[in-house]
Order: sequence, then C-alpha cells, then structure tokens
Amino acid sequence: MSPAIVPRRLRGFVIPLLMLAGWWAVVRFGWSTSPLLVAPARVWQTGVDQVASGQLFAALGASLWRDLVGFAIGAGAGLLLGALLGSSRRVEQLVGPSFHTLKQISLFAWIPLLSVWFGLGDAAKVAFLSLAAFFPVVLNTFEGIRGVPPDLLEVARVLGFTRAQRWRKVILPAASPAIFAGVHLGLIYAWLATLGAEYLLVSGQGIGNLMIDGREHFRMDMVLLGVFVVGLVGYTLNWIASRIEARALAWRGRSVAQFN
Amino acid sequence: MERSLPYVLDAIAAPSEAGVARLRGRLRPLLSSWLLPWALPLALLALWALATHFAWIAPQVLPAPDAVVLTLKDALLSGELWANLQISLLRVLAGFAIGLVGGLALGVAMGLSPTVQDYVYPLFKAFAQVPVLGWLPLLMLLVGIDEALKIILISKAALVPIALNTFKGIRNVPTRYIEVGRVLRFTRWQMLARIVFPAALAPIWNGIRYGLTHAWLALVVVELLASSEGLGFMIVYGRQLFQLDVVLAAVLVVGMVGYALDQVLAAIETRLLGWRKEAF
Repeated sequence: MSPAIVPRRLRGFVIPLLMLAGWWAVVRFGWSTSPLLVAPARVWQTGVDQVASGQLFAALGASLWRDLVGFAIGAGAGLLLGALLGSSRRVEQLVGPSFHTLKQISLFAWIPLLSVWFGLGDAAKVAFLSLAAFFPVVLNTFEGIRGVPPDLLEVARVLGFTRAQRWRKVILPAASPAIFAGVHLGLIYAWLATLGAEYLLVSGQGIGNLMIDGREHFRMDMVLLGVFVVGLVGYTLNWIASRIEARALAWRGRSVAQFN
Repeated sequence: MERSLPYVLDAIAAPSEAGVARLRGRLRPLLSSWLLPWALPLALLALWALATHFAWIAPQVLPAPDAVVLTLKDALLSGELWANLQISLLRVLAGFAIGLVGGLALGVAMGLSPTVQDYVYPLFKAFAQVPVLGWLPLLMLLVGIDEALKIILISKAALVPIALNTFKGIRNVPTRYIEVGRVLRFTRWQMLARIVFPAALAPIWNGIRYGLTHAWLALVVVELLASSEGLGFMIVYGRQLFQLDVVLAAVLVVGMVGYALDQVLAAIETRLLGWRKEAF
C-alpha cells in the first residue's frame, strides 16, 4: 500500500481492524461451525456483564492486591540485598555466588515447593510473587550501586560527607536509573507471576482463575475477555512505572542540559 | 664462623618471617574470594541436614539433603531423568527454533522497512503485552493440551525478545556508519552484510539469549500445567505424591540445564562477537 492510501499515524490500526472484520465475517456468514468461535459482540457483552455484576472487578481486585503486596515485599527485600551486595565486597563474596546460583532456577519451578511450605492459599502466592520481583530488583540495584563512578565517591570523601550523606546525595542518585529499571522489571515479572500463581495454585479468586474457569467450561468469550484484561493491566502497570520513572529521573535530563 | 652464625640465622629467620607475612597477605584475598562464597551454602546445608536429622521439620515438608542426592542418583541410573530431560530439551529446542526464525524475520522486516514497522509494530507490541501465561487458556481451547500447545507457547516466549531486540538493534545502527557505506557506494546488499548486520549483531545476540531464557521459563510453566512427561511433570508428580525429594531433584536439574543453556550461548557469543574487542 502506498503511503498516500493510509496516513502513517493510522497504519497501526489497519491489521487489527482487518483481523476484527475477518473474525466478524467468519461468525456472521457461518464459515466455521466450531463451538469455540464466538462473535466479537458476545465477548463485548460478556465484558459488560462481568463488569456490571462486579465479578470482573472482584477478581481483578484480588489479583492486583496480591500483585502489589508480593511486589512490595519482593522489591523491598531486593533493594536491601542489592544495596548490601553493591556497597560491600565482603557481602558480595559471601552471598553473591549463592544468589546467582538460586537465580538460575526457573521461576515457576518454585511454585510446587512453595505450595508445600506455605499451603495453597494466598501466603504461597504472595511468597511466589515476591520471589518474582526480588531477583531483577537485586540484580539491577547491585549493578547500579557498583557502577557509581568512583570520582563521585571521591568528591564525597573530599567534602567530608557522612555515610548517610554519601548514600542520600551521591550513591542513590547515581544508581537511580538502574534501580528504577530493576523495580520496573520486577513489576512486570510480578504481574506475570500473578497469573502463574493463579493457574498453578488453584484456589481463591483472581483474573487467572476466571480464565481457567472459562477454559474448563469452554467459554471462549470469558477466556478472550481475560486475555484482553491481562494485556490491559500489564500495559497500565508498565505505563505507570514509566511515568514514575520519567518523573523521578527528570532532574538528570535537566541537570545535563544545564551544564551543556 | 662464630660471628657469622647469628648472622646466618638472622638471614634465615628474617626472610622467613617476611615470607610468612607475605604468604599471609597473599592467602587472605585467596581465602576470602575462594572460601567465603562457600560459607553461606555450607551453613545452609548444615542447617538443612541438622533440621532433618533431628526432625525439626517433617520430611514431607523438607526431605534430607542426602535423600535428594539419592533420588537424583536413582533417577539418573534408572534413565527416568534422562528420558524426561530429553523430552523437555526437544520441546525447548523446537519451540526456540521456531521463535528464533520468526523473531529474526519479524525483527529484520520491521527494522529495515518503515512501512512494515508502521503496520505491524503496534500490533506486535499489543501481542507482546499479554504474557505467555495470558495466552495459555486461549491456546488450550484452540489446540488442546498436546505438543502443539507447548511448542506454540515456547516459540512465543522466544519470539518476542528476539524480534524486539533485532528491530531495535537494526534501528539503532549509527547513521554515521550508513553514511560511510554511502560514501563507499555500497550496494544495498553490501550495506546489509557489511554494515547493518555486524553493527546490530550484539543487540540481536542479546535478544537471542533472552529468548532462550524465556523459552526455558515457558517450558517449565507449560510442563507444570499440562504435561504427562518432562522435567516439569516430574516436579508436579513429586508434589502430588508429596515426594519432595523428587521435586527438589527436578528443580535442581531445571536450574542446571537453564544455566548450561545460557553458558552455551555465552561461549558462542565470545566466538561470534570476539572481533569487536579487537577494535579497541
């Protein structure tokens, strides 16, 4: 298609709209009789019903609440360990190799173990989520702090900064981009893990349970709705994290601009 | 002679004292860099052994370390572990190969052609937004829970990072390089083969490494959820029978294979990208 036919800004919509039209046509003209084929309108209707009955929000709320609690625990612990690893060679030698070995274990392989140790309820899920957020946060915090330019620390020494001042005014600001990247990654991992936890520890409610139920009852509309909501939530979490990151790190851009 | 003896003794004693000090000075960093890393795992292992030995923790919750080792040995000798490992590896390689080819093709197309990028990239981003696990129930309905499900999910897991990094790698080739190519009157093919791909190789390779890691992660999930063989199934099976020694042994193997896969790619990387270091 030549550029003249579709304006650049709208091109991204072409394929999705064609797909939607194709889907609609397949249902409308009865080209396929599979019971799994549901009309786009039916998915929409299911969405409206689920929202109206409050079921969707209850499930989403439960998922998000777990997600945030697990993320907070994991990221908090991760920041602490990352800072310790980054600032002390001794701690790095002591804990580093063990940490890097544990990191190799595929995340979801923890679930069966956690389910024995914490039961099948929320405790195991939250433990798993915090584990998911923990690893990227530790890794990035460690690398960020280790990567603080030595010249900056020398300046701090010359100025006679106390330990608290050194952390607050030099180390944390210099390491903040890497730390934010880690926290951002942790948030994404935690959301992925939220779904995994709900599939594998089937108890309680959540968006993952909604989708698994939909699958068991061959309710394609429910499953599609779930896919859509999961994508939307992931996108929103991503967006919020990027905004906070951009705002928190805005001073960096400005200060550089000033000196240029 | 009488006079020289103390002198000789001094001469022997003095360097030996200095030598001891020097040896100690050399030993200390060696001690801390070689022995310190073992302190924590050994302490944990000791605690674990003690806890199980004195039955502070029920064996159903935490089996003894030697039980895990024994289970691992049995599984190895009986061939059970090899059979499951082989199945898992075949799945991961098949899915990864498909994801690799698809991801490279998509990434190259989006990177080289702004038109393709305009049309496909937004859809790709939306597609990537839903994690592998989000697609799982949908795919279970569409293709059932057989091999196809595993291969599709694993290839999706590998495809996204590979396509994204290839796309960004090609996009971020410095314009200066392209200008050099233009000055040298490179043909389109020469431009690609001599400038664009070598310059984008590092990010592309990074994407491939991520892709393999994600593929391995996806394999474990899929096998945990819907499988009757493979390493993930061993974990589920052990969990159901409350044989945590089987679970722990399988988890151990999962970790080791994941590490080995990454190491293989790292080794290829040093060969493939070794030329980059020579430039500096």
